[in-house]
Amino acid sequence: MSDLIISTPYGLYCEPADIFLDPWQSVPKAIITHAHSDHARRGCGSYLCHHHAKPLLKARLGDINVQSVEYNEKIIINGVTISLHPAGHIPGSAQIRIEYQGKVWVFSGDYKLHHDGISTNFELTPCHVFISESTFGLPFFQWPPPDQVFQEIQRWWMKNKSEGVSSILFAYSLGKAQRLLAHLQISDSPVFVHGAVHTMNEACKAAGIKLPETLRVSEVYDNRLFKGALVIAPSSANGTPWLRRFGPYRTAIVSGWMALRGARRWQAADRGFVLSDHADWNALNAVVKGTGAGKVFVTHGYTETFSRWLCENGIPAAVLHSQYTGEQTTETETAEES
Amino acid sequence: MKQFAELFERLDQTNKTLEKIQLIADYLQQACDEDKLWAIALFTGRKPPRIAHTTLMRQWAARCAGLPVWLVEETWHTVGDLGETLAGIIPDTSENNRNQGTLHEMIHQIVTIQSLKDDSEKERKVTAIWKSLSRKERLVFNKLCAGSLRLGVSQGLLVKAIHHAFQIPEEVISRRIMGQWDPFTTTFKELILQPGENDNIAKPYPFYLAYPLEEETDIKNNLSGWLIEFKWDGIRAQIIQRKKELFIWSRGEELVTDRYPELHFLKDVLPDGTVLDGELLAWKENKPLSFQLLQKRIGRKTLTRSLLSEIPVIFMAYDITEWQGLDIRNKPLSERKEILYGLVSSVHSPALLYSPVMNAETWDQVLHFKSLCKGNGSEGLMLKKTNSPYETGRKKGNWWKWKLDPFTIDAVLIYAQYGHGRRAGLLTDYTFAVWNEHQLVPVAKAYSGLTNEEITELDKWIKKHTIEKFGPVRSVEPFHVFELAFEGIQQSTRHKSGVALRFPRISRWRKDKTVREANTLQDLKALLQTTGQI
Repeated sequence: MSDLIISTPYGLYCEPADIFLDPWQSVPKAIITHAHSDHARRGCGSYLCHHHAKPLLKARLGDINVQSVEYNEKIIINGVTISLHPAGHIPGSAQIRIEYQGKVWVFSGDYKLHHDGISTNFELTPCHVFISESTFGLPFFQWPPPDQVFQEIQRWWMKNKSEGVSSILFAYSLGKAQRLLAHLQISDSPVFVHGAVHTMNEACKAAGIKLPETLRVSEVYDNRLFKGALVIAPSSANGTPWLRRFGPYRTAIVSGWMALRGARRWQAADRGFVLSDHADWNALNAVVKGTGAGKVFVTHGYTETFSRWLCENGIPAAVLHSQYTGEQTTETETAEES
Repeated sequence: MKQFAELFERLDQTNKTLEKIQLIADYLQQACDEDKLWAIALFTGRKPPRIAHTTLMRQWAARCAGLPVWLVEETWHTVGDLGETLAGIIPDTSENNRNQGTLHEMIHQIVTIQSLKDDSEKERKVTAIWKSLSRKERLVFNKLCAGSLRLGVSQGLLVKAIHHAFQIPEEVISRRIMGQWDPFTTTFKELILQPGENDNIAKPYPFYLAYPLEEETDIKNNLSGWLIEFKWDGIRAQIIQRKKELFIWSRGEELVTDRYPELHFLKDVLPDGTVLDGELLAWKENKPLSFQLLQKRIGRKTLTRSLLSEIPVIFMAYDITEWQGLDIRNKPLSERKEILYGLVSSVHSPALLYSPVMNAETWDQVLHFKSLCKGNGSEGLMLKKTNSPYETGRKKGNWWKWKLDPFTIDAVLIYAQYGHGRRAGLLTDYTFAVWNEHQLVPVAKAYSGLTNEEITELDKWIKKHTIEKFGPVRSVEPFHVFELAFEGIQQSTRHKSGVALRFPRISRWRKDKTVREANTLQDLKALLQTTGQI
């Protein structure tokens, strides 16, 4: 039997259902795992995603033809059974399960195991073939407990605040920014957000996710209000004139890449906090094993290294070409806010 | 170990000198004496013996983490730093972080392990330590084991931190930590706290620094009252011989005695109580070598024989501030010069030279002396009043420096990048190019020289005329021409153009010129030939 999901110049493709998964070119029908720009692109005829992803997709892609479903809800197309299962990556993120003629394939999209307070928890989905990401697929990447990281961020912010210095956190505008808002104790201090983060906050609220109130930086006319405050912005704002209004400030990047000392220095931030919405080395291994898959494809990240490691451990694995990027050291999609 | 690992992490997280000083001072105040001593030892580049070859360390870490060696090596290639890689691949469990050993205890363990004959015994011990440490402690431990701990703290900064922590004068600390000492045989009290009778013998005088020449009329009218010297392009330094000890201080107030062994003979030939002011120069065949070559000597802690013969250093003396144990800074310059001349003549060594003094009767003669500078490798003239005392710090009036006019070229702006500090948010770091046939090749980066109005105007223009962005760098349409001034030109293998300009800055915005009128690479190469600074 030929492969149920293959890599084409347009994207990952399921032939019997004639549908693309997270395509990187315009196609008639697309199923989307989540709303990050490397997985959800413009120009497709119709989109299918989870209910929570729908407002996020619309916020990112504009007025698109999009249908949404619940997790575990079965859709049958040409005898192919398709369902979405929580991936725990960001709100509305899903793994795509495809069953056809007794064979089950699962495409993970991006995923993590930690509960993040805003996304539905990852759900292990047994399958014959598992298509996994490997953004952090090296044994060096082993995340510290997120609660410990949130405490470190809180302490950093409070110390800056006591010195009258603003704290600028650079984080992905979709997912990471809301995760920070959900975990930091912000009851008695206002938190300001960059326009890109604001847009995503609103979209998350439309998806029914509860977030604390924040103020948009561009709506503040008195820069003194920023004194000692917390500001959340995409990393593309680092080193731009946008930062000028904050007076004395310290910057920190919140990313899995901050596990690398060199990455923080290269990006010239004062601090780096190791927090990722992707599975670390141990989680990748646990999930791959847990699915019981007899064959694994790796789409992005350290694909060659991770698949060689899996093969040596008795799990046949290969690289499946894709154009996904996973977590990047800077977020490239955010428009500059004037 | 926990506290030292914390210090290491926090030093790594800041670029601010004051914060670093505070962090080190805090550490030194709270650590036990043995840890204080070892921290100072590590900051001054001393290290415990290396436990094992890094190949073995990789194999041990692979086994400890249950990974194949190839995967550890792949990971290392991504992470870039071996100590960091090995610290990161070993799983952190609740077992970790229970090691309460302090820094010096850890070092003594390393010494014990190093002395073991059997590699498998070494592996067993190292693995046990890895499993008892947290990730950030493992990083420091690995770097200690491999002898690769670099803390990014200069000697001057460390001296300030020790001063801050224990209120001992900085020159005393410099002298104590610079000398020969071994953390295995000395104690913190002996090294730092116990006052010695010779504490002050290393103390330098503040340098007298000259301003650029502003007004030549006074000098023209009274040429006989002025001495003329060449202005040497080396490292300003003070050489002190007191009580049969020798100290060489650079202008950065760093004790650099160890770095210039060719001058150590002065300890025996200079009389007690002598302090000379002058310039350290890389020198061969009666001429200074380029500053670029001298720089190779500045950074090196270990001096190989080939480096010493390739780039020998001499001291070009031009003043004497202490003689026979007396401070003679208030004697007139002419008298000091006489003493200096007598001293240098009696030493009679090719490594201690007397900077020639010239007298001019006419201004034309002064201009003639200036015309000699290019040929003898100096960067201009010094004009000093014959009766001037040796003053403190940068003062106007008695000494002037008169540098050669800089070289200039017209170059095209091709890249711009955001500036730092005061100029953050504005595109103020520029890259300029000259023509090589029909292509523009970058030759210099320059940051300064424009007025604030010009910077703002250019910033706006760049934002509108950006062709491409590569990370922080924008390429712009080749349109604007700038006159760049620079001090010299050198051959360079690091720059695509093959040449490097020394100290380039913008001298004028040539709005009157079009890009086609900019200089060519051939022009620069011709200049390289004529100035001969290769």
